[in-house]
Parts: sequence; C-alpha cells; structure tokens
Amino acid sequence: MANTKKILLEHINVPGIETYEVYRQKGGYTGVEKALKKLTPDEVVEEVKKSGVRGRGGAGFPMGMKWSFLAKPEGVPRYLVCNADESEPGTFKDHYLMKCLPHLLIEGMIISSYALGANKSFIYVRGELMYVIRILEKAIEEAKAAGFLGKNILGTGYDLELVVQPGGGAYICGEETALLESLEGKRGNPRNKPPFPAVKGLYQCPTVVNNVESIATVSWIVNNGGEEYAKIGVGRSTGTKLISASGHIRKPGVYEIELGLPVDEFLNSDEYCGGIRDGHHLKAVVAGGSSVPILPAHLFMKTANGEGRLMSYESLSEGGFATGTMLGSGGFIAMDETTCIVRNTWNFSRFYHHESCGQCSPCREGTGWMEKVLHRIEHGHGNMRDIDLLVDVAKKIEGNTICPLGDAAAWPIASAIRHFRDEFEWHVTNPGAASKPGAVYQHLNEMSV
Amino acid sequence: MENIAPQLIKVTIDGKEVQVPAGTSILEAARMIGPEVAPPAMCYYKPLKGTGGKCRACLVKVTAGSEKDPRPMPKLVASCITQAQDGMKVENYSSPEVIEARKGVVEFLLINHPLDCPVCDQAGECHLQDFSFEHGTGGTRFEEDRRTFEREDIGDKIQLHMNRCILCYRCVYTADQITNKRVHGVMNRGDHSEISTYISNAIDNDFSGNMIDVCPVGALTDKTYRFKNRVWFSKPVDAHCDCEKCSGKVTLWYRGEEVIRVTARKNQWGEVEEFICNTCRYDRKKTSDWTIEGPMKVARHSVISANKYSNKLVEKPSFALKYAAQNYKEVDDDRPYDKNLSEIKKSEDYKALMAKNEEFFSK
Amino acid sequence: MAETATKTAFTAERLKKVEEIIQRYPEGRQKSALLPVLHLAQEQFGWVSAATMDYVAELLSIQPVEVYEVATFYTMFHLEPVGKHVIEYCRTGPCCTMGGEEVYDYLKQKLNIETGETTSDGVFTIKEVECLAACGWGPCFQIREKFYMHLNNQKIDEIIEDLSK
Repeated sequence: MANTKKILLEHINVPGIETYEVYRQKGGYTGVEKALKKLTPDEVVEEVKKSGVRGRGGAGFPMGMKWSFLAKPEGVPRYLVCNADESEPGTFKDHYLMKCLPHLLIEGMIISSYALGANKSFIYVRGELMYVIRILEKAIEEAKAAGFLGKNILGTGYDLELVVQPGGGAYICGEETALLESLEGKRGNPRNKPPFPAVKGLYQCPTVVNNVESIATVSWIVNNGGEEYAKIGVGRSTGTKLISASGHIRKPGVYEIELGLPVDEFLNSDEYCGGIRDGHHLKAVVAGGSSVPILPAHLFMKTANGEGRLMSYESLSEGGFATGTMLGSGGFIAMDETTCIVRNTWNFSRFYHHESCGQCSPCREGTGWMEKVLHRIEHGHGNMRDIDLLVDVAKKIEGNTICPLGDAAAWPIASAIRHFRDEFEWHVTNPGAASKPGAVYQHLNEMSV
Repeated sequence: MENIAPQLIKVTIDGKEVQVPAGTSILEAARMIGPEVAPPAMCYYKPLKGTGGKCRACLVKVTAGSEKDPRPMPKLVASCITQAQDGMKVENYSSPEVIEARKGVVEFLLINHPLDCPVCDQAGECHLQDFSFEHGTGGTRFEEDRRTFEREDIGDKIQLHMNRCILCYRCVYTADQITNKRVHGVMNRGDHSEISTYISNAIDNDFSGNMIDVCPVGALTDKTYRFKNRVWFSKPVDAHCDCEKCSGKVTLWYRGEEVIRVTARKNQWGEVEEFICNTCRYDRKKTSDWTIEGPMKVARHSVISANKYSNKLVEKPSFALKYAAQNYKEVDDDRPYDKNLSEIKKSEDYKALMAKNEEFFSK
Repeated sequence: MAETATKTAFTAERLKKVEEIIQRYPEGRQKSALLPVLHLAQEQFGWVSAATMDYVAELLSIQPVEVYEVATFYTMFHLEPVGKHVIEYCRTGPCCTMGGEEVYDYLKQKLNIETGETTSDGVFTIKEVECLAACGWGPCFQIREKFYMHLNNQKIDEIIEDLSK
C-alpha cells in the first residue's frame, strides 16, 4: 500500500514504548539532541514553517506561522502550552497518543519550548484523563533523570521545566484562551480577542498554544527536515494526520494516514476502518469531530462535482458548507442506516448546550433553545415551523459569539437539516412512530451508497 | 506623558466621520458622534475595567479595517472591545446584517427573561426594555419552559432576581474594582450560570449598593425602594452632600416631598461615573441631608420625563386622532397602487373596518 | 464512604503535595493550583463541600468565592456527597451510536437508580457526562480514574459484581 508512511505511530506496537529506555532505543530524543546542539531556536521555527504542518486541534492554522507571531519583548517570560483538553465528540487521538507514546509528546515539547524560548511549559490535560496525567508525569521524571529536562539540558545551558496541569471537566477549555484562563485557576471563559495569546497569553505573557498531535510532529520535522515533511501529503495538507475512527465501522480506532488518502480507501480498506459493519451500509459521516457539518454518504464519498474525496483539509471542504465539510480534528464518525439523524443531532446539541460557558448571550441562550426544540422534535412534539426556527436560531448564533463554540453548536444542526430535512419532517408528521426507541426514517436509496 | 498630544485617527461610522485618539474603541468613537450612531450596550460599562464583549448587543459591521488594510472584517465585531483604526469604516444602524443580528441578540436575551415589567422596579429605566423596543420584535418564537431561579436576598438592602439577570457580569466587576472584598460571583455555567454567593452570604461593605446602579435590568434591586413607586411617577433631583466616604454627588428621587430613593448620577449612556457609598444611598433620605442642585436632566423621550405636567397642558392622543380623522381627505389619482386600493375598498373586510371606525369616531 | 467533609484538613502527605503544586507556578500565581488542589480534595474527601472550598481558598490565599465560581463551573467536582464508586457514563453521540443508551439503561435498571442518584447502600452513584474521548472504544464509562470500554450488559454485570465485593 502506498499510504503506510508513519511518522507518529511508527513504534506504537513496540512493547514498552511508553518507557524512556525503549523509546530511546527506537531513536527517541535524537530530535532534542539535534535541535539543542546543532540548531538555533529560529532555525527550528524555520524548519517547522517549511514543513507546512497545520494545527491538528481542529482549526488547521499553519503551526510555523503561529510560532512566528509570538511576541518577544525583553525580560518577559514566554510560555508554550500544549492543549491536551481533547473533548470534541468523535476525537480520541490525543488520548491514545499520550497514553501510548508519552515521550513523543515530551520530546516535542522540549524542542518546541526551545524554539519559542520558553523555560516553563505546560501540558493541559483534561481532568478525566487522570491516569494519562500520571503516565505523563512518570515520563517527565524519566526524561528529567536522563538529562532532557531541568537545568542546563545536555550541557547546552537551556533550562526547561514541564508541568502537567489537569482540567476539571469542560469542553470549552479546548478553546485556547479558555484553556489559559483555566490554567490560571479561573472559570474557563474564553477571552475577548485581540489581544491574542501570542501577545498576551498565560499570565499576560506571550504564549503559544498547540495541540498534542501538532507538537508530537516536531521531533520528526527536526530530525528529517521541514522539506521532507512537506513532501508527504497533498498540496497545503502536508504530512500525516491521526484520524480517530468511530461509529459503525468494522475496525474503530486511531489511524495515522497520509493526508490526501482517498476517503474510499480509508473507509473500506482493511488497513484502516475495514468498511461498514456487516450487512449494513453507510448513511452519513461526521468527518472531523462533532462540530463539523454532517454529510450524507454520497456527498462524503464524492464531491458535488462527482470527484472522489480525499482525506485532506481542502478536499473535505470542497463545495463549502453547501455540499462539503471540514477535516477539523480528524474525529471520523461513520453512521449506518440504523442511525436516526434527528436523535444524533439532538444528542450533539445537548452536548453544546451542556458545554457552553454561558458568557455571551447568543451561545448561552441559543444552545439551550436549540436543544429543547430538537428534544421536542425527536420525542414527537415538533412542528414544521420548528425546523426553520432551528435554521434561523443557528444562523443567529453563528459568527456572533466570543469564541467558536457558537459556530460549533450551529453547524451540526444547520447541516443535518440541510441534508436530512425529510427526516426531520418525518419526525413531525409521524410523531408516534418516530419517537419510538430505535425508530429510523428510511431514506430513498440514492441517499446511501 | 502628559505633554504628548494623543495621536488622532479618523473613523467613519454610518457615514459620519469623527476624529478620536488612537486606542479608542469603535463604540466610544460612535458615542462621540452621538446617540444616533452609538450602538446599544448591555454589558459594556466604561467606568468598569474589563467589561464588554459578552452581550453581543453592540455588534457592528466593519466594511473597511483601516486605511492601510481596507479589507472588511469577515464577521460582525463587538464594537465595545474592538479598537478603531485610522481610516476604518463601520456600519451600525445602516447595516441590515447588524440589525438582523441584534434582533437575534434581543431574542436570546428575552427567551428566558420573565415578562414581569409591570411589577419590576427597574421598568422605565431598564436597558433591556430600551434595547427590545429599539431592536426587538413584537412576538416570541420561544415555546419552551423558561429557566427559573429562586429570589434571593444578598444582604439586607439588595434583592437578587436571577430570573431577570442577563449575565453582563457588571456587578462582579463592581465588587472586584470598587469594594474591598468580593463575596458574590457567577456560579455554574452555560444557561444555568447564576449570580450567587453560593453559600448564603450577605454582601455588606460600604459600596455594595453600586451593584444596583450598574445592573442594566431588574436583577439587583434596592430593597428599601422595592414596590414603592414607578420611576415615571418620581421626580429626580441632583443633590450633593459632604461625605467622608464618597463624592457625595447623587440623584434624589422624590415622591411628593419624600425622598424614596437615592442613586448615583448616571451619564447620557446610563453609566455611573462617581460611585456612591451606602450611607448616602440608604441612610440619607431626608431633604435636609442634602444640598439640592436642581432637577436631573432627563432625555425628552424618556418615560421618566412623563407625568411631570398637569393634564390640562397635554392633549389626549385620542383627541388628536379624531382631529386627524376629521381633516382627512381621500386623494383620488390614478397612480398604480390606487387600483389595488379600490380593489381593497370593495372587499367586505374593508367595509366592516370602515364601519367600525365610523362608529368609534362618532361617539 | 470517604472521610466526611467536616474534617477539612489535608493529610500531611497531601499537604506536602499542595506545597509542591504551588511551586510549579510563577510567584504570585498560586491560583493556578486551584484545579489540581480541588482534585486532591475530592480524592481525600470524596466530594467538595463548601467547607472544603473555604479550606482550599485559605491554602491558596484567595477569596472563597473564587473557589466556588471555579468548582461549580467544571463538571468533575461533586458538590454533593456521592457513593463509594461514581460511575460516570458517556452520553455523547459516538457512544450512543454504538448502543450506549441501551447499555446505560441496563446499568440503571441493575442498580435500580436513576442518573444522579446513589444506591441506598451508598456504594454506587451514577452520573452522566459528556464525551470522554474514548469514542472508538464506546460505549464507555469511567469510575474514578479507570475507563471501562466496549461496554455491554454482560460486562456491566461483571464490573458491578467485582466492585460490590
């Protein structure tokens, strides 16, 4: 197979890879050695820029560019914060990566901190993953004992302290400024921007916040060069991406793919998802975590122009929101014909209602409203006008909030109605049948492939 | 340093140009032009540092970012927290997109807000009333159960009606910035967020009463004034005293000869510039405690200015209507809409309506 | 049942840990220790009472209300007493897609309690939480730090039996 290049998960199956010894035997920490001994911080930034790697947390902003925005006033400390608050429904890659390969993240943190000139860096892990926090803390102790952390690392004069910070259970803390607030011991209310964290972040100091997976790519980039990394992938989607695959597929799990892999291959080949479970067929896909627009199977497999889609930032967003979606965080949820889209949409809307921080009015009030309306429709008390009401409320939230949670709450609902309106209407016209547990509207055949 | 004049930048809002010091927010620039272009603000409060950005009432459209980079901003921005740039062009009331978004914000703020204006002490000086009147719609599309909370006394002088709260956080900033110790805050999250002390805790310090003044709605009300009067029946008078704790500059609210309430003075935008102490607010309710300066300036359209004149001077609206009806002459020409009008006139509904009208005016 | 919350003092060992945590942050930023210290408190007392929060506030030299605000914002802190084992099941999309709703119903039936309730013997409390980042291994729930994945009725029987011992 062409797409077997593994950058992050190459040694995932090596027994004991979570320990320092085994990780080191497999070539671990050579990236730190190279960066600290042979490269200047700016040269590391330059390599990351050349790699074209884009933020893996969901927004897909080029990481090198984000780094280069970091303000560097004299005498003010700078911070690197790793965003390990992975909570987007459908996404569990960071959980997997930190649990299995803690040293890969730590190595990335050391190199990245060096590049940014940070002497104290934080890994903010969602509190539910306390066992992963203990794994990371153990790995940090090991790295410190081996001389890769602490004072005067490898005799280069560079000092770094790594702190693992637990969250307390809040999806919103995955938003970078909410994360910083939380790290300061406050409620996870996103900040008004500007100022951006690159200028005023943690403790009002310049700060970079990067996703776990993004930071984990850095050691490979340093070892092999940014240009090598940029050769992997397709167009502006360089490198590999971890995809968290869940739902009605034969082989759920975390897969590393080369960006640009045809979706057909990802979904159906035995190397990845292994196809839809026996006797069923694909109905809909959420390609990048619950906030991205849901697509019916035919629009997921092929663009509206009939071209086969690829697993890349550009290909998945082909057609805009009318017929496309987003790669997002790579939370791939496949749903077969037994899935009730209305129920699923209600479920997602409940999630966003529950997770809204409540700071700004459109999100605070709108998410609750949408959940209540969807709950009514799903439970047989909906009206036809409710469907358009949902579309309108979603539109009034989208783009009008402090942080992207408002958008994330609006998109799944707007897209579900866009592509599965008949299913919502069926719930309204057949309240008795539709509200029975497990009841699913049977679409015309062309909706599925 | 004081001797350096601030750099002035040019901003255009709804087609009106203004020169403002660099660093001024769009909202403050708009206020400098005047109320006709100033966006509404439900959470922003200039005297309190850090407020703003939350209610989204002040969203505006930036059609040109600056002279240097004239690209429009992709989304509507909160004007209270967005700095104006030199050459920036902003649409506020002239943008249908802004008006539509604001309609949404009013709706969001109202879906869980009780319709208890008739019994709410804030009615008549409520910013949410003004905001809804200006930007809202007549009906509601919300059919669900409203979120409710219990009423709570926070201290012996302040009552909290959480149902009415729009979570502007102003009272939290007030407690943080002008009192020595904050004991209340925002608990829980999402649409369950509430202002609370969590454990039953009285807010008692010399400046706690200012929370009432900064509250844009009737969530925090003065217990000593509760149900005493409607604001449009009282006469506000500016007064001062020599107070050892605060500036002593207040507004006294009279009913007849009795001072029924003391508040801080508010500017054109409803903001308190000089906070007052609880002694002035609660304990100085005799005219003899004060030096009267004169009537408070009230905007002509404000409901507070109503009922200040005797009936004889004001003609009743029904009379005016009747007068207008008597003088009304039908214009007969052949403009296109007239054809439709004549069609309408033939309809039964129209005839019934006219008959009703006639009956009404003949009485 | 964990120690009662009226005894609001950390063990010497945890107190040392608190000191250590505060040291992680720059001087004057000890408020950053709030979430880790609240986790420690819950670990010791089983839940987070107002008295516990006041104690934490004192340890970190911050106002009690700052602790209340934070503890009520995050969902992991139990603000009321809970059972010995708190079963927190994931109710979000992917887990439900994989039949989570039926499995959780079975769990509630088996323990004869609803979400948010504690069994009369004080052993189990059921809570529902949002996505636990284990979507490919769902349905799942969490008891303290441990994840239980690929749940089905049989597995629930085994887990409950095991924990009831």
